[in-house]
Amino acid sequence: MYAFTFHRPQTVRQAASLLAKNQEAKLLAGGHTLLPTMKLRLAGPPQLIDLSLIDGLAGIEQSGRSLTIGAMTRHNDVNTSPVVQQAIPVLAKLAGMIGDPAVRHMGTIGGSIANNDPNADYPAACLGLGVTIVTNKRRIKADEFFTGMFSTALEPAEIITKVSFPIPKKAAYQKFRNQASRFALVGVFVSKRGSDIRVAVTGAGSNGVFRVSSFEEALKKRFSPKSLEGMTIPADGMNSDIHGSAEYRAHLVGVLARRAVAEAIGKSAA
Amino acid sequence: MAANTAAVSLTVNGKPVTAEVDPRTLLVQLLREHLRLTGTHVGCDTSQCGACVVHVNGKATKSCTVLALQLGGANVLTIEGLAAPDGPLHPMQEAFRENHGLQCGYCTPGMIMTAVDMVRRKGNDLDEHTIREELEGNICRCTGYHNIVKAIAAGARAMRGTSAAKAAE
Ligand SMILES: Cc1cc2nc3c(=O)[nH]c(=O)nc-3n(C[C@H](O)[C@H](O)[C@H](O)COP(=O)(O)OP(=O)(O)OC[C@H]3O[C@@H](n4cnc5c(N)ncnc54)[C@H](O)[C@@H]3O)c2cc1C
Ligand code: FES
Ligand code: FES
Repeated sequence: MYAFTFHRPQTVRQAASLLAKNQEAKLLAGGHTLLPTMKLRLAGPPQLIDLSLIDGLAGIEQSGRSLTIGAMTRHNDVNTSPVVQQAIPVLAKLAGMIGDPAVRHMGTIGGSIANNDPNADYPAACLGLGVTIVTNKRRIKADEFFTGMFSTALEPAEIITKVSFPIPKKAAYQKFRNQASRFALVGVFVSKRGSDIRVAVTGAGSNGVFRVSSFEEALKKRFSPKSLEGMTIPADGMNSDIHGSAEYRAHLVGVLARRAVAEAIGKSAA
Repeated sequence: MAANTAAVSLTVNGKPVTAEVDPRTLLVQLLREHLRLTGTHVGCDTSQCGACVVHVNGKATKSCTVLALQLGGANVLTIEGLAAPDGPLHPMQEAFRENHGLQCGYCTPGMIMTAVDMVRRKGNDLDEHTIREELEGNICRCTGYHNIVKAIAAGARAMRGTSAAKAAE
């Protein structure tokens, strides 16, 4: 690691002012992406700003038809929360699919979406549920937040404080794991809330998480795996690497979308 | 290398510890190099293998992926603190011995700390499937896992009603 100085602010305002003073500084949440990256010297922030002492950044709350999860909430706490399990069971399940138990004790939702790894799970849930990401400055819709692989709409000195999830009527996530890293080779999240139907894909696109409007249109007619029968997406713009070709990933998007819709309507996967 | 250091105070195996460290110091380095608690191992240093698992505030944590400075005020338990120095082994350690759950022993401290955490979260009756799923983040290059799974199931049963289940917290 390159050398850095370490800061533990008590409030979001203090953290933001530290960030504003040094554009190269980085926030530290669970550290389970940032520290490995720093060990590889792919990142070398001169200052680390640890968010863990700030009150009120972690926690889960439901009010009416929306569920709010604080940025510093650990994956394990989302996975085991009775509130999440009841309101959006698929979200609890998805959090339990991230990494391993020790990773889930440290990793946070805020860190995961700020990082926007093209193979990460939470970005699919956020885009697939149409969440609102709340920062110290503003509220950002998921559709505007994820702007490309490892990039987001966050500005310098902007800190995610929480994520607000509308509670869907039906939702499911299908993750096809990369056998080595166990991240998503392809993951498809589907949801239905009134007439709002969303299909979000992680792992496949070379530009990070994306929505599949052709699938969404087809599902508007009828929310059933049959509506997607024979449908696929073009291989253009899909990732291609030793783990799978662009064509293979495009194929998986169709297969996993059908399985996810089947799961969402309570049918066993075809 | 910058000469900056910072102080951190935490509790390790029930004892208060204060150290002056380079901010880059990982928890595992604090344990092994500053406190000479070499039971916690480093297998990969890339957050994958679980040889470095200890408990931080009662929860299994990869000590190669946490900075010492993140842990001011925290309570850390390592393999050395699982059983009293002169007392009998912790039931999970005893189960690994009894079931031949180790060969070279490199992964064992992390396996045992993970197993004790597993019991805390999942209870004393662990089926084989649950144990294997829960070991996602722990790699063993020797045993083929079979005896580790057996040891954890037996250790979990043996922990029932013992204060060992509490000591891990
Ligand atoms: C072995 C292993 C397996 C994993 N498997 C998976 C997997 O299967 N699926 C998956 O999705 N992920 C996986 N991960 C990644 C894991 O989920 C990370 O914890 C997560 O991506 C980052 O969260 P963090 O809290 O650790 O963030 P950090 O590493 O602390 O931070 C990540 C980035 O986000 C920024 N940041 C953090 N918090 C905020 C905030 N509140 N506002 C603005 N910016 C912020 C940081 O500055 C940094 O740039 C795995 C990680 C490991 C080590
Ligand atoms: S040394 Fe920490 S996970 Fe391998
Ligand atoms: S016993 Fe040798 S690595 Fe597990």
